[in-house]
Amino acid sequence: MARSAFANDEARTSNATSTPVLSCEGLRKSYGDLVAVNNVSFHISPGETYGLLGPNGAGKTTTIAMVCGLLNRDAGEIMIDGERMTPGSVGLKSRIGYVPQEIAVYPDLSARENLTFFARLYGIPRSEAKSRIGEVLDTVGLADRAGDLVKTYSGGMKRRLNVGLGLIHRPKLLILDEPTVGVDPQSRNSILESVGRLSSEGMAVLYTTHYMEEAERLCDRVGIIDSGELKAEGTQRELVDLVGEHDRIQVTATGDLEAGATAVRRNNSTREASVGDDGITMIVDGARSALPQLITTLAEAGVQVRSIDVTEPDLEAVFLHLTGKALRD
Amino acid sequence: MRAVLVITANDLKQRMRDRSALLIAVVVPLALAFIFSQTLSGVSGGSVTFRYAVVDLDQGDISQSFTQELLGHLESNGVIELTTVDALEEGRQLAADGDVQATFVVPEGFSQSVMSNQPAEIQVLGNVDQQIATSVAQSIAGTFINQVRAVQVSVATAAMNLSDIDFQELAQRAAAFPDPIVIEDVSASRSELDTETFFAAGIAVFFLFFTVQFGVSGILDEKKQGTMSRLLAAPVSRASIIIGKLLTSFVLGIISMAVLALASTYLIGANWGNALGVGVLIVAGVVAAVAVMSLIASFAKTSEQAGNAQSVVALVLGMLGGSFFPVAQAGGVIESLSLVTPHAWFLRGLGNLQGGGGLSDIWLPVLAILAFAAVTGTAASLRLGKTVEQ
Repeated sequence: MARSAFANDEARTSNATSTPVLSCEGLRKSYGDLVAVNNVSFHISPGETYGLLGPNGAGKTTTIAMVCGLLNRDAGEIMIDGERMTPGSVGLKSRIGYVPQEIAVYPDLSARENLTFFARLYGIPRSEAKSRIGEVLDTVGLADRAGDLVKTYSGGMKRRLNVGLGLIHRPKLLILDEPTVGVDPQSRNSILESVGRLSSEGMAVLYTTHYMEEAERLCDRVGIIDSGELKAEGTQRELVDLVGEHDRIQVTATGDLEAGATAVRRNNSTREASVGDDGITMIVDGARSALPQLITTLAEAGVQVRSIDVTEPDLEAVFLHLTGKALRD
Repeated sequence: MRAVLVITANDLKQRMRDRSALLIAVVVPLALAFIFSQTLSGVSGGSVTFRYAVVDLDQGDISQSFTQELLGHLESNGVIELTTVDALEEGRQLAADGDVQATFVVPEGFSQSVMSNQPAEIQVLGNVDQQIATSVAQSIAGTFINQVRAVQVSVATAAMNLSDIDFQELAQRAAAFPDPIVIEDVSASRSELDTETFFAAGIAVFFLFFTVQFGVSGILDEKKQGTMSRLLAAPVSRASIIIGKLLTSFVLGIISMAVLALASTYLIGANWGNALGVGVLIVAGVVAAVAVMSLIASFAKTSEQAGNAQSVVALVLGMLGGSFFPVAQAGGVIESLSLVTPHAWFLRGLGNLQGGGGLSDIWLPVLAILAFAAVTGTAASLRLGKTVEQ
C-alpha cells in the first residue's frame, strides 16, 4: 500500500557535514564457521534516525552488540562521536543509550528505582537525577505509576520503561533493538512518537526492526541487512530507485478499455498498461504526479473510471528484490 | 569503585525485599539453633541432670563401689539424681512409670563373681521414651564394668606370680579405683563449645553458605532478566560488575552472621567468646563462603543450576565440617576430611575463643579458612569473567 514519504533528505543533507555520531566501517563477527556480520559499514549523523531493516537472524542484534561494546568484533572500526571504540573504552559508553530487544528491567524495583539505579551507574549527580528521572517518566508515559513495582506493570508499560532506561543519561546516540516486539498498538505508537521526538531534538538513533512500517515511519535512512551483510542503504526513495521498482495504478473502469490502455501508453510516465476483466493496470513512474494526466487521458478515450488504487513500491518490495525473500521469512 | 557500590546497593535493596533471603539468612538458622540446643542440651554439654534409680541386690563391696562411690560421686556433682530402692520390681516400675529415666540393677552375687574372676554385669532398665538418658546410663554402667574387668585381668596376672597375696584384699583395693567417669567442665581446656554455642555457630556457618548464594548468583539472574546487557552497555567495567556482586554476597554474609551471633547470644544463651576474634573468624568464614559459591556459580548456565549445585556443596561441606554433629570426634578419615572444610576450622577457632582464647589462639583456623578461600577464589576469578557476558 502507498505510504507517505519518509525520507528527510534535507535534514540528512545538512547533518552530513557534521561529524557522525556513529561510524562503522567493515564490521565483522563470526562464530566458528558462521559469519554473523560481514563487512558492515554505515554512519549516523546527529538528529538522524537510521534503521537496520532485516529479518530475524539477519545480523542486526550482533551489529548493535558490537557497537555497544557487548561483543568484541573480529574486524572493523567503530567511531563514537569521533572517538575510536575499543574493548577498553568504558567512558565512551556513556554517550550511548542502549535499549535491548528483551525487556531488561528489575522487576522487584519500581520504575523510579530502576531509573535511579541507572542514573547513578552513569554518574549523574543526585541533584540532576531527580529532574531527569521525571523527564524520562513523562517521555515514556509512566509518571503516574513511577512508584509501583515493575512486576505489576503490563507488558507495554515494561517496554516503555525499557526505552526510558536508555534515555536517562541523555545519550548522543540512542540504540534501540526491536523495541516494539510484542507491544500493544498504543504502546508501540507511544514508543515511536518518543523516538521521533528525540531524533527531532538532535539525538542520533540507530533503530533495528523487521517491521517495514516502523522503518518507513521513523527512519531518515535505512540499511537493508540480510545474512550478515548490508545489502543496500539510503532513503526509501533512493532504495526504490536503486532496485528499479515502479508505481502501480489499478483502475476499475467501464467503457472502451482497450482504447483507454492504448491512450495511456502514449504518456511519457507510463511504462506498461494492460487490460483486465474490469479495468486497466498501469506501471508508471511517479504515480502521484502522473495520475491527473492519466485520468484525463482515460476519460478522453471513453473510459469511465469508478475507482483508483495506487501502489507505490515499499521497503518490503525492495527487500524482496534485494534478497529474494520476504521480510518475515 | 562508585559503580561497584551502586551495583551492590541495588542488589541489596532487591534482596532485602526478598523474604526468602531473610528467612535463609536469619530466621531459619536461628530457629534451628534454638530447637537443636533445647533438644540436645546436656548430651554434649552436661547441663542436664539425669534421674536414675539403683537397686543393689548384691550389697557387696564391689557393688557398693558402684552405687556409692561412682553413682554417689555423679550425684554430688549434680549430674544425676539418684533414688535407691530395695526391690527389683520397684526399680522396674519407677522406670516404666517415668519417675526415673533408667534404673541400675546390680544382681545378687555381683561382687562374688568379680572376685572369683567370673563374668559380672550390671543391668540397666530404661524408660522407652528416654533413649538418650538410658544410653547415658548404659555408658556409665559399661564403663564401670570395663574397669572391673581390667582389675580382674590384673588380679589374675598377679596370681600367676604371687601365690601368697590375699586375693580378696587385692580385689577390694583394686575395686577402689579412681573415679572411672570424670565429669568436669572441659570446654576451656579442650576447646570444645557448649551446646548452645555449638549449634548456634554450626548452623550459622552452615546457612552462611546458602546466604551468600544470593549475591554471586545475581550474575546469572542479571543474564536471565536481560539486565546484564544493560550493565555491559553502561560505562562500567566487567570487573566492577563482578566485584559488585561479590560484595553483595560478602555484605549479606556478614549481616547474617552478625545478626545470628547477637541473636543467639541473647535469645538462646550462646557464648561466642572474644568479640574481636569472633569478628575475624566471621570475616574469614564469609570470604571463604563467597569464594566457593562463586566458583560453583561460574560453572552454571542459569541461576537455577547454580542454586542446585551450591546447595549440594553447602550441604556436604556443612555436614562434613560438623555444623550439626561433631563429626571430627569420629576420628580417622572423617576427621581428616572435615579439616578441608572452613566449617570445621571456624568451629575450632570459636572453641578456642570460648575457652578464653584471643586473637593469638585463632591464627591457625583463620589461616586455614583463608587458604580455602584463596584456592577456591582464585579458581573462581579465572572463570567468572566468562560468566559476565550478554
